[in-house]
Amino acid sequence: MAIRRSMFHCAQLIRKSALASSSVPQTASTALKVQSAAVPIFQQRRWYADILNQHRDTPTNNSALAFEFTEKNMPKVNEIISHYPSNYKQSAVIPLLDLAQQQGNGHLTVQAMNKVAEMLEIAPMRVYEVATFYTMFNRTPVGKYHVMVCGTTPCMIRGSREIEAALAAHWGIKKGQTTPDGMFTLGEMECMGCCVNAPQITIADYTKGADGYTYNYYEDLTPESAIKIVDQLKKGETPKVGSQIRETCEPVGGLTTLLEPPPGPYCRDLSQA
Amino acid sequence: MFGRFSSAARTLTRASTSRVFVPPPQVVVGAKFFSSTPPPVDTITVTVDGSPVEIPKGSTVLHACETAGVEIPRFCYHQRLSIAGNCRMCLVEVEKAPKPVASCAMPAMPNMNIKTTTPLVKKAREGVMEFLLANHPLDCPICDQGGECDLQDQAMVFGSDRGRFVETKRGVEDKELGPLVKTVMTRCIHCTRCVRFAKEVAGVEDLGTTGRGRDTEIGTYVSKLFRSEMSGNVIDLCPVGALTSKPYAFTARSWELKKTESVDVSDALGSNILVDTKGTEVMRITPRLNEEINEEWISDKARFQYDGLKRQRIDVPMAKAAGGLAAVSWEEAFEKIAEAVSKASKDEIKGIAGKLADAESIVAMKDLLNRLGSGNHMCEGFPTLGADIRSSYLMNSSIVGVEDADAILLVGTNPRVEAPVLNARLRRACLSTGATVANVGSPLNLTFPVEELGMGAATLKELDAQSHPFFKTMKEAANPMIVVGAGLVGREDGLALLQTLHSLAEKTGVVGEGWNGFNMLHDSAGRVAGLDLGFLPSESAKKAAAKVVFLLNSDDFDEADVPADAFVVYVGSHGDKGATRADVILPGAAYTEKSSTYVNTEGRPQRTKAAVAPIGQARDDWTIVRALSEVLGASLPYDDLNAVRARLAEVAPHMERTTEVEPSTWLNGSTYAHIPAGTTSDAPFTSSVANFYMTDAVSRASVTMAKCTSTKLT
Ligand code: SF4
Ligand code: FES
Ligand code: FES
Repeated sequence: MAIRRSMFHCAQLIRKSALASSSVPQTASTALKVQSAAVPIFQQRRWYADILNQHRDTPTNNSALAFEFTEKNMPKVNEIISHYPSNYKQSAVIPLLDLAQQQGNGHLTVQAMNKVAEMLEIAPMRVYEVATFYTMFNRTPVGKYHVMVCGTTPCMIRGSREIEAALAAHWGIKKGQTTPDGMFTLGEMECMGCCVNAPQITIADYTKGADGYTYNYYEDLTPESAIKIVDQLKKGETPKVGSQIRETCEPVGGLTTLLEPPPGPYCRDLSQA
Repeated sequence: MFGRFSSAARTLTRASTSRVFVPPPQVVVGAKFFSSTPPPVDTITVTVDGSPVEIPKGSTVLHACETAGVEIPRFCYHQRLSIAGNCRMCLVEVEKAPKPVASCAMPAMPNMNIKTTTPLVKKAREGVMEFLLANHPLDCPICDQGGECDLQDQAMVFGSDRGRFVETKRGVEDKELGPLVKTVMTRCIHCTRCVRFAKEVAGVEDLGTTGRGRDTEIGTYVSKLFRSEMSGNVIDLCPVGALTSKPYAFTARSWELKKTESVDVSDALGSNILVDTKGTEVMRITPRLNEEINEEWISDKARFQYDGLKRQRIDVPMAKAAGGLAAVSWEEAFEKIAEAVSKASKDEIKGIAGKLADAESIVAMKDLLNRLGSGNHMCEGFPTLGADIRSSYLMNSSIVGVEDADAILLVGTNPRVEAPVLNARLRRACLSTGATVANVGSPLNLTFPVEELGMGAATLKELDAQSHPFFKTMKEAANPMIVVGAGLVGREDGLALLQTLHSLAEKTGVVGEGWNGFNMLHDSAGRVAGLDLGFLPSESAKKAAAKVVFLLNSDDFDEADVPADAFVVYVGSHGDKGATRADVILPGAAYTEKSSTYVNTEGRPQRTKAAVAPIGQARDDWTIVRALSEVLGASLPYDDLNAVRARLAEVAPHMERTTEVEPSTWLNGSTYAHIPAGTTSDAPFTSSVANFYMTDAVSRASVTMAKCTSTKLT
């Protein structure tokens, strides 16, 4: 029984840390409280939902406000809608929400969702469903740079936890929070498909509106290089995108195999067949 | 419906134990094809638990199992909603399929071998149940759904007495959906039935699923009330106690209730209901299945107005005395009436039948007046309508027939508030078969697209003169339909407008071979019976000034019909407008307290059943009239319900054939031929119902309906 219990305990801790790693920014009150490993399961504290899936009106985020796509973005809107047949207009919901989020400096407000619903002629609820389902839609404000540390296994093994801790310490904030100057929000994202260059962080840049919006990967990081990158961004410089130590994803120490041309047999010459 | 659901689960329990004694294989033919003719070619044969069964092509595996008489447990599947396939409770094994399949979403293929009794199926269902229970609170003892909960019932079969989930259950915020539906969202199992109902049937897309995974919630995201006239149906649909009735909360347990099959009188559809009572009190009202009328829905008014049955009731006879009304004995009350009647002559004695008047009391009242020599009787709200030909005042296409129409013209009606359940059918006709719906009258918001043609008589004339483009649409439609509202018939110029409408109907082929699309949508339960029984003034009576007026459940009468100096007798259940005006009040029974006949807007007679005894000294209305007749020296010849019903059948033979619709003949062009063309006014057509929640004495007395009114969006 004791063994069984401790096994559960491990599973529970893993689950909890996975939950703690939501990419959606959390406020201090909703942030998950991770308990110490010493607390037996029967005395554990309450779990709080890490994401609020209900809307709360704020002065800048409520249905009474109006949202309009800017003149500059309107061609993009039309372009997006033109990708879909007019009777399947609603398919444009994700790209339009994305555009609205870029225009809103990384914050997707409820009035923007309402506008998208109006443009696509669907009920606002259908848009809310999409916006709450995808964690890349930020329903609470973020900083100018949204820094998301990869939280999935390969990056974790290669040290993403340390990078996260270093960034948090560097800015003096917790995950889900924004620096007091409004520059950076520290968030988390799950595997972004570049595990070969683990660990990595992704930075969404909302400083230049929808036109200059970038969503870049910075790979092969150490805590130091991660801090260097964000400091560069703060100074207005442009850090190197992609791997920090190699060209793409070739082996770091040069090729170790497949050094000579393959010996054959090669493909048949079909014209001879 | 609760009953049906949990009984489904009970048969499930039975089926799963009795399945050991599987009868020898035999072909079970689907009920649809239960006839002597050979089954149509487009059927397929599949095997369910070893028995071959024939089902229509395109059916689901679940349907195949049901046809074979095998109950499949389910949460998300509902035969009147789209298939979601998200609860996984309906898993079955299909030979050669790599894993258990969700039977509700899987189309059956020819020769499929479906197994529902294997260890794999058992394990799969138990697994699903364990997951469902992982986050479901253990609050059955304080849950109103207890005793009629699908999850509870199915957990008895597939649930374990312990779970492997040792973590804390999740918390979910409760949602505020308004005064009718109470939410306890931790209980939700995300079957999305409520979401699909809101979207597909009610047409109010306010409910949805937000978030994902463990954080999934059902709600409105932004704070918003669920604004539908049919919102209460989600209470029945919700398989757990997440959505329950707010007015009924904590008032009774389902197993303490006595169920009485009855008929709703809050609108003219005559929706079938179950009246649930405990002791002498009506605890709640739920829908009863009737495919031809309400399917399994009822409107919020039908469901929630029952608290009005306990308020504002008249429980003793009363008479006007110095300083207001005072309780008197029946004898005293009758004496006062006899005195007043003796001073009046023939046509000066008048009867007005109200919205809730039942056929028995109307016929008794008519006989009494006739015996007193008076032909002065009328239905309130219908100044001009003639009742010579039944088809001129009925919904001739029948309620089901509405779905066959392909061009629908609404005139002076708002079906969403006059008959929400019918509106759901119109919505289906519009959205699934593509019927065009147009409206003449104040603009409508019916939850589906409606073409607004104009506001009033001018537009009708244009249509009739064939100069309006919609004329062509109607003319070309296979089954054109006109729905005339009570709001139009109640107008001074109603008759002239009806003449125009009949002429339009003739020109556009609204009435043709095998199709009569000329429909009148009444707004109250008592109206058609009144017209059927000819409760309309005789020619001589039209001119008479009434000295004694009998208000039979009449609370919405026109002031002009009740002269200021008349002696007014009110027979009815509630202290409403009629009782306020009355000199003598005789306490009648409410619709849940008497067995009486109501005829719905299609002309379908149906009977309510007494679920509880009338309160205080109240009596069935017809017995009051009968007793009074003796005092007035015009004794009516019937002493019991059977006798009065025999009299009913004598006057209107169809009244005997309850629940059936008598086809009525249409007199081409001659219905209004004898009436000279009248003038029409320019006033826009409006619905006769201004506030859905308060239309008659019962709903006006209801606190719940008052709360709905105050949160109503207008
Ligand atoms: S509230 Fe009830 S009906 Fe709606 S999804 Fe939850 S369990 Fe299903
Ligand atoms: S694990 Fe980090 S990118 Fe895949
Ligand atoms: S009933 Fe089939 S998945 Fe829910």
